[in-house]
Amino acid sequence: MSIEVKFDLGAHLRQKVAGGRKLVVPYLTCGLPTPQDFIDLYVSLGEHADAIEVGIPFSDPVMDGPVIQEASNRALEAGITVDGCLGLIKQALKRSSTPAVVMTYYNPIHSAGLEAFAAKAATAGVSGLIVPDLPFEECAELDRALVAQELALIQLVAPTTPGERASMLAAASRGWVYAVSRMGVTGMQNALASAASEVVNRIKPFTDLPVLVGVGISSPALATEACRVADGVIVGTAVVKRVLDDDLPGVVALIQAISEAVNPSELKIENR
Amino acid sequence: MTPTTTTAADERGRWGEYGGVFVPESLMEALRQLEAARVEAWADPDFHAELDRLNRQVIGRPTPLYLATRLTEMAGGARIWLKREDMAFTGAHKINNTLGQLLLTRRMGKTRVLAETGAGMHGVATAAAAAYFGIPCRVYMGAEDTRRQSHNVARMKMLGAEVFPVTNGTETLKDAINEALRDWVTSVEDTHYVIGSVVGPHPFPQMVGDLQSVIGREARVQMIDQAGGLPDAVVACVGGGSNAIGIFRGFVDDAGVKIYGVEAAGTGREGAPHSAAIGLGRPGVLHGARSYLLQDTDGQIMPAHSVAPGLDYPGVGPEHSMLKDNGRVKYLTATNDDAIDAFRALAKSEGILPALESSHAVARGMDLARSIGKGGNVLVCLSGRGDKDVDIVAGAIDL
Repeated sequence: MSIEVKFDLGAHLRQKVAGGRKLVVPYLTCGLPTPQDFIDLYVSLGEHADAIEVGIPFSDPVMDGPVIQEASNRALEAGITVDGCLGLIKQALKRSSTPAVVMTYYNPIHSAGLEAFAAKAATAGVSGLIVPDLPFEECAELDRALVAQELALIQLVAPTTPGERASMLAAASRGWVYAVSRMGVTGMQNALASAASEVVNRIKPFTDLPVLVGVGISSPALATEACRVADGVIVGTAVVKRVLDDDLPGVVALIQAISEAVNPSELKIENR
Repeated sequence: MTPTTTTAADERGRWGEYGGVFVPESLMEALRQLEAARVEAWADPDFHAELDRLNRQVIGRPTPLYLATRLTEMAGGARIWLKREDMAFTGAHKINNTLGQLLLTRRMGKTRVLAETGAGMHGVATAAAAAYFGIPCRVYMGAEDTRRQSHNVARMKMLGAEVFPVTNGTETLKDAINEALRDWVTSVEDTHYVIGSVVGPHPFPQMVGDLQSVIGREARVQMIDQAGGLPDAVVACVGGGSNAIGIFRGFVDDAGVKIYGVEAAGTGREGAPHSAAIGLGRPGVLHGARSYLLQDTDGQIMPAHSVAPGLDYPGVGPEHSMLKDNGRVKYLTATNDDAIDAFRALAKSEGILPALESSHAVARGMDLARSIGKGGNVLVCLSGRGDKDVDIVAGAIDL
C-alpha cells in the first residue's frame, strides 16, 4: 500500500530544532523589487533560511508599519494579484526546497473563497498561512479548508494574550507558534521588549512546535537575544526596507548574519 | 409581510452572516474587556441615569421633531418631518455615541482616547466629550479630509485634541480608521478607541447602535404626539450608518413603516468612484467585521468617493448588511448633485443648512414624499448641520 506523504511544516521544523538549530524566517513582500528578482531573492535567501514568509499584499494592512505598507502599495501598483503571487511562489519553489508560508490579510482569502484559496495555495506548494486579522474565534472555517489541503494555519500569541488563552492558541497552532514580541505593528526596534521572552515562556509549556518571535527583530544581536528563549525568529521590516532600497545583496547578508549569529556552533563545524 | 428583525448581535458578535471580530490577536483581550464592561454598564441603572442626565443637560435632548412646511410644499406630497440631530450639542448625532463611550472609558479606568473622523463631526464630538471628562484625546483624520473640512480641524484643536493627518492610501476615512487601529494595537492597555460609527469589531456595532437608538426612541414618541401616528416612511443617510441605525431601531418592529437608507453615489457617472457599499459592493472583511464592501475581484479595497466626507467610506455597518439581506430596509442612492440640490432646497425653504451627508437623505425624502402623496408622513433624519460644508457648496454653485 502506498501512502502519499505530504510535507508537514511543523514536523520538518521540529526536527531542525531537535537537531540544535535556531530557525530563521525572513519575510518578503511578493513580487518586489520585480517578479524575477523576487524569485531569485527567494532562492538566495533559502540557502540561509528555514522557511520564507511571503506577503501577499493587501490594500489596508492594519497590522503593518510604514515600511511594509509602502512595500504592499508598491507591489499593488505594479499590478500584482493573488494568483500572480501564488504563481511566483510556485516558480521559486521549483528552485528552492525552503518551505513557503503565505502571510496575508483575511479579505483577499475571503474574496477568493476559502476552499478555492486553499487549493490554489496547495497547488503552488505553499506549506502554511499566517492571517494577522483572523483571530482564533473566526478561523474555524478557514482552518477546515486548510486542513483538507494539509496546510498549516499558524496562530499568533500577543503580549496581551492571557495565559489560558495562550495555551489554547499554542495547542491550536500548526507549523509553528508565532510569538508577537511587543504591542505594536511591524517595524524595526533597537531593543527587544521584555514582553518577548514572557510571551515565549507562556507558550512553551503547551506545544512541541517551534516558537518563533516576530515583530521588531531587525539585527543579529536582537535575534540572538530572542533565541535565548525562542526556537527562532521572523525578520520582516529589516528585510523589506533593504528590498525597497534595492539592496538585495544586503538582504542576503543580513539573513546570513542572523542565521550565523543564532547558530554559532554550525559556523564552527563549517569552518573546520 | 415584514420580516421580523433583531437589534442585537449574537454571542459571537454576528448580525446574521455579518459582523464578528476580525482583528489582530493583540486587540482580543481589550475587546473582551470592553464587551464585559459594556454588558455590566448596560445592566446598571446608575449608568443609564448618568447617560440620561448627559443626554438632557449636555446634548440638549430630546432634539426637536420639526415639520418642514415649506419643504413639504416644494416637494408636493406627504408631510416631511425632520428629526433635528443637527441641533444636538456639537452639531450632529455623533455626540450621542461619544458621551456614552467616554462614560464607559472612565468606568473601565482607561486614561486616553483615540478616534478617527471623516467629516470631522465625530472628531469634534469625541474631543468635546473628552474635554468634558478631562481625558486626553487624539483624532486621526485623512489628509484630504483635513483640507476639505478645515473648520472642524480647528474646532478639534480648540477643544484640546491632537489631530493627526493621515497621508496613506486615499487620505480619507478608511485610512484614518487604519491608522487609529495601528495606534490602538500599540496603546490598547491604557487607551479606549472611540469608534464613530456602527462599524468595527464586536462589540462596537452593538454599542454604537445602542447609544444612537435614542434618536429613534424619541422620534417614534414625537411622531405619535405631533403627527398623530407613525410615519409611512423613515429615511436616513448611510456611510458607516450610525444615524440610520439610531433612527431605524425606533421603527424596525413597526411593520407598516417603510425604512430607507441612502448611500452616496458620488458623481453618479458610470465607472466613477462612489460610496454605495450595499448597493454595489459584495460581502468582505474590513476593519474588524464582515459586511458589504467596495472591493475589486482580488479582494483589494476600492477607493470610495462622495462630496460628503462622512459618507466617503467603502464599507458599512454589519447591522445594515443584515437589514439589506432580510429586506427590512431598502437601500437607495443619491448623487453629489442630488445632495447639493437638497442642501439648497432646505436652506431656502426652511432656513436650515444641513450637512451634505444628511442632504442625501433629504433628497430621497423629498422623492418619497412625492410618491407617497398628500396625507402621508415622511420622517427624515437630519443627522448634522452644514456649517462645515459651506465652502464645498459655495464652490459648487453660483451664490
